[in-house]
Amino acid sequence: MIQPTHASKRILLPVKPWFIAASLLAALFFAWLPMGPVVFLPDWAALVLAFWCIHQPFKVGMGIGFLMGLAMDVAEGSILGQHALAYVVLAFLANGWSRRVLWFSLPGQAAHVFLLLLLAQAAQLLLRLAVGGDFPGLAYFLSSAVAALLWHPLSYLLLLPQYRPIERDETRPI
Amino acid sequence: MRLALYLALSLLLVAADLRFALLSPLRQAVAAIFWPIQRALLLPVEGMQDASAYLAEIRQLKEENETLRARQLEQANLLLRQEHLAAENRRLRALLAMAERVEAPTQAAQILSATRDPFSRKVLLDRGAAHGIVEGQPVIDETGLVGQITRVLPLTSEATLITDKNMAVPVELARNGLRAVLAGAGGGVLELKFLPINADVEVGDHLVTSGLDGVYLPGLPVAEVTKIDREASSTFARIECAPLAGVERNGPVLVMGKLAATPPPNAEPAPERSSAKARKARSMRR
Repeated sequence: MIQPTHASKRILLPVKPWFIAASLLAALFFAWLPMGPVVFLPDWAALVLAFWCIHQPFKVGMGIGFLMGLAMDVAEGSILGQHALAYVVLAFLANGWSRRVLWFSLPGQAAHVFLLLLLAQAAQLLLRLAVGGDFPGLAYFLSSAVAALLWHPLSYLLLLPQYRPIERDETRPI
Repeated sequence: MRLALYLALSLLLVAADLRFALLSPLRQAVAAIFWPIQRALLLPVEGMQDASAYLAEIRQLKEENETLRARQLEQANLLLRQEHLAAENRRLRALLAMAERVEAPTQAAQILSATRDPFSRKVLLDRGAAHGIVEGQPVIDETGLVGQITRVLPLTSEATLITDKNMAVPVELARNGLRAVLAGAGGGVLELKFLPINADVEVGDHLVTSGLDGVYLPGLPVAEVTKIDREASSTFARIECAPLAGVERNGPVLVMGKLAATPPPNAEPAPERSSAKARKARSMRR
């Protein structure tokens, strides 16, 4: 993407691959902070993964999602493959919706992301209930809502290195 | 196409992890690589806890000190005579030609954190395979049974708490020796299972381990009965219990040595599985 959203007139600098890698790694570290089973904390890894899958669908996709999921599984002590499955589904849908989602304003995007994260959570819930897990209560889905609320600040934060000063040029086509 | 591939791969991993415990080496390797990162991430959290502890009021500390002193005095009677009682017990047992009660060695450990997995109740301990921890060791604190080691990683280990849904502990009532199975019921509550509605259970009864499974030493305090629901429509009474140990709390714990495993009565060579479900099924069979 060369614009923050398709409707925007700002043109972005090209993304730096190391910045994508660093932000994904930082998200993983945030997710690994030993905060205990606080269910409403957002799944940072899923959120940042969804961001790059939507903004850079040709650079970040299911493969990276799968690897991040494996790392999350080991760190959380959950079943190996549980997060991997959810993140693969998330990355696939986010890649596919990328062109649609970026036509919306930031709140509209957040609504789409909320749905994406909810689906990823539902996949995990179904898997765990199928193998005899404990239902963690409806507060479990709060985590997606909190993450969606953070979409707005996160978008600015992660696009910050790509912004450049606005050029006032009335004759430019876009 | 690639989605199907990745989905199949993840489901394969799930199946391999649950059914065959094939992935334990993979998990061990990844955990060993992540260990320094994990410890580093623990620092800010521990720092915050230390800061809040530092700011605790002196009054609070004094109160705690007093309760601890009182408890020590209460227990002094037993503690001081313990050596004498143990010796007497040994003599009497020898007299009655009964088997010696096993004394299991213990190892102190610290709960690093609760795992973030919301579907189970587990804690991470700071002792692992390198310190001689093996799967199946009971974990206790100063007031009672906390759980059982279910996964051993090189430098850490995971203990499943007794409040986990897939955990079952064979217990008996301290008052009358009635045997039952105690299982986690979710939400930090335990449930005493498969007792008929006319069973002699009262609110406030203490449950201790019966030691029938060969995993826990007999007589460890586990839980207290908090609520009994005797509905005539069901065969079994619904008995809720609260754990006695600080199960959902961080702090120092003791990992007890594993007892020499007794062979199951119908000696079938059951494959040793790590899943809590298999353990539950086995302990119920006994």
